[in-house]
Amino acid sequence: MKKAFKTTLAVALSVCMAAALTACGGSSSTSSSAPAEEAAETSTESSAGAGTTIKIGGSGPLTGGAAVYGQAVKNAAEIAVEEINAMGGIQFELDMEDDAHDPEKAVTAYGVLKDWGMQVSLATVTSAPGAAVSPSYAEDKIFAITPSGSSTSVIYADPDNLSGAYGNVFQMCFTDPNQGSASADYLAEHQALGSQVAIIYKNDDNYSKGIHDTFVAEATAKGLPVVYEGTFDDSNAQDFTVQLGQAKDAGADIVFLPIYYDPASLILTQANQMGYKPTFFGVDGMDGILTLEGFDTSLAEGVYLLTPFSADATDELTVNFVNAYKEKCGGEIPNQFAADAYDCVYAIKQACEAAGVTGDMSADEICTKLVEQFTSMTFSGLTGTEMTWNENGEVTKSPKAVQIQNGVYVGVGD
Amino acid sequence: MQFLSYLINGLGLGSVYAIIALGYTMVYGIAKMLNFAHGDIIMVGAYIAFFAITKFSLPFPLAVLAAIVVCTMLGVMIERLAYKPLRQATSLAVLITAIGVSYFLQNGAQILWSSSSKVFPSVISAGGISLGSASVSYLTLLTIATCIVVMICLTLFINKTKTGSAMRACSEDKGASMLMGINVNMIISITFAIGSGLAAIASVLLASTYPSVYPTMGSMPGIKAFTAAVFGGIGSIPGAFIGGLLLGIIEIFAKAYISTQLSDAIVFGVLIVILLIKPTGLLGKKINVKV
Repeated sequence: MKKAFKTTLAVALSVCMAAALTACGGSSSTSSSAPAEEAAETSTESSAGAGTTIKIGGSGPLTGGAAVYGQAVKNAAEIAVEEINAMGGIQFELDMEDDAHDPEKAVTAYGVLKDWGMQVSLATVTSAPGAAVSPSYAEDKIFAITPSGSSTSVIYADPDNLSGAYGNVFQMCFTDPNQGSASADYLAEHQALGSQVAIIYKNDDNYSKGIHDTFVAEATAKGLPVVYEGTFDDSNAQDFTVQLGQAKDAGADIVFLPIYYDPASLILTQANQMGYKPTFFGVDGMDGILTLEGFDTSLAEGVYLLTPFSADATDELTVNFVNAYKEKCGGEIPNQFAADAYDCVYAIKQACEAAGVTGDMSADEICTKLVEQFTSMTFSGLTGTEMTWNENGEVTKSPKAVQIQNGVYVGVGD
Repeated sequence: MQFLSYLINGLGLGSVYAIIALGYTMVYGIAKMLNFAHGDIIMVGAYIAFFAITKFSLPFPLAVLAAIVVCTMLGVMIERLAYKPLRQATSLAVLITAIGVSYFLQNGAQILWSSSSKVFPSVISAGGISLGSASVSYLTLLTIATCIVVMICLTLFINKTKTGSAMRACSEDKGASMLMGINVNMIISITFAIGSGLAAIASVLLASTYPSVYPTMGSMPGIKAFTAAVFGGIGSIPGAFIGGLLLGIIEIFAKAYISTQLSDAIVFGVLIVILLIKPTGLLGKKINVKV
């Protein structure tokens, strides 16, 4: 009986394991290249394109704690590619790989994309993986523009001194240092929101620390008092009662949160439990808090965040994009990462058309032409008008502040 | 006074650690192995309770019961499959297997339920009683009360029932217990079952206090609870209780009065100091009756 039991159990477990393997076998590359391939097929049937298709690669967290961002980028990029291919003219093929917000996986994904024959890239969605693959992009001379990898380490080899720019890695989003100082500027100018600032940041995350550092520098320069600075890290990311209690004791009426929405949701919950009601001010990582499964969005009421994109803007481009996104993604409203990705693809299109790039050019030929274009053109899209790039890859555009009211983002002007 | 509210928070956090530590200590005391997968059984319990409440709309007590049942079965199954064949092996092999089981559970959860975190619904009403100028939430009170009740029940079970005596016998000398007619395999399975049941209770309390449920949510509390168990004297039930509470308090106080950046370093630093002075933990030697 023992042996029969053991064998049955072993077989059952093997079946489970096989099922689990097949379940995760439906990975990103197969699902993402499928719609792009469909689009490519329809395009070859339609009018004569500008030569063969141009391959756009990229990686992002399609699974994991930052999956909201990776999925948003992938969906929006697919929408943009489908629209562009349907217009005839230049044709794109897209492959978004999964890096689960892990630098090692991003490097692996880069290898996969290179083997596939990637000619242009959306780089990565998050900063830490971006910093890991940027040297490869520079070495292999493939043009990359990241929708949201905002740390300076994505475009600079020496991020602390802002030197050693790779030169062929560009950003569609504003850099972290700019987010930090833009937030401080906004708060200094809108003292009605509050006058004593507390910061709670994650000190083992480049992103959070980078924004914190520039925020404090700019706040001090503008005379905005920072009365408390509290930190947490991966092993401590659940209990914030101490940090909130001390912020409350210090008299802070604004709490700046340069962190992602997961810990932010806990902070909002615990602040509410303590009866502490300051104005919370987040950055682009706060985006996604309204779609967190099971989160009581009334807790996020009144939270401010900086975003270059607001889904309820009334201009035609935004409205069309939001509708297309909702149709593709079951009624879900796009966040700024989606808008950034959409803009990236269209910016690549604009540059390719202006430079006469065709699909049979080599990656580094395309790279030279695109760098030339990006550093001289202006681009207007969902996330900004008249955007320009400097030769280090940094974009100039102005961030907008929005506030969460009744569960949606409402622009509050500059 | 702030001190009082920090103390209460520390006790609340410490109670969760204490309940988890009880599981570690029981298994070590009887089976003489450290079940590092304990933290991940907690994670599974939290997910089960989450789905019970949200997808199946079960009332809270039934959801807890569902979590206990599933965790108990999971714990017994893990013991049968992963640890029993290694009874005669070196303890290092068992330790490595436990770490392997831990990764298996974490990644299994990631495949099944995706790694984006879910927010555990709050089932305890907000608000609390006020103690001077500090306010104690009902959840903290429930956590502390549960911890005390669990500890009392466990101590009574160990000391007064036949199975409890059998457990104590096994922990002292397995060979002699077998000769006395005790079914050692059954006793070890019961130990894991009880430990995993406690893990389920701890999981619901942990998920209610910090309502974020994700596949690696059990690993850090697991490590801290293991530290607490060693701190209080591994193998001793009151030791686990005291260790857990003290660890929670030290962590909160370190965060509050020294630095939020150094709190973990301080907590584990205290552990090192205590072990240098008293290697068997706080209550290690005093209580002869191990679980």
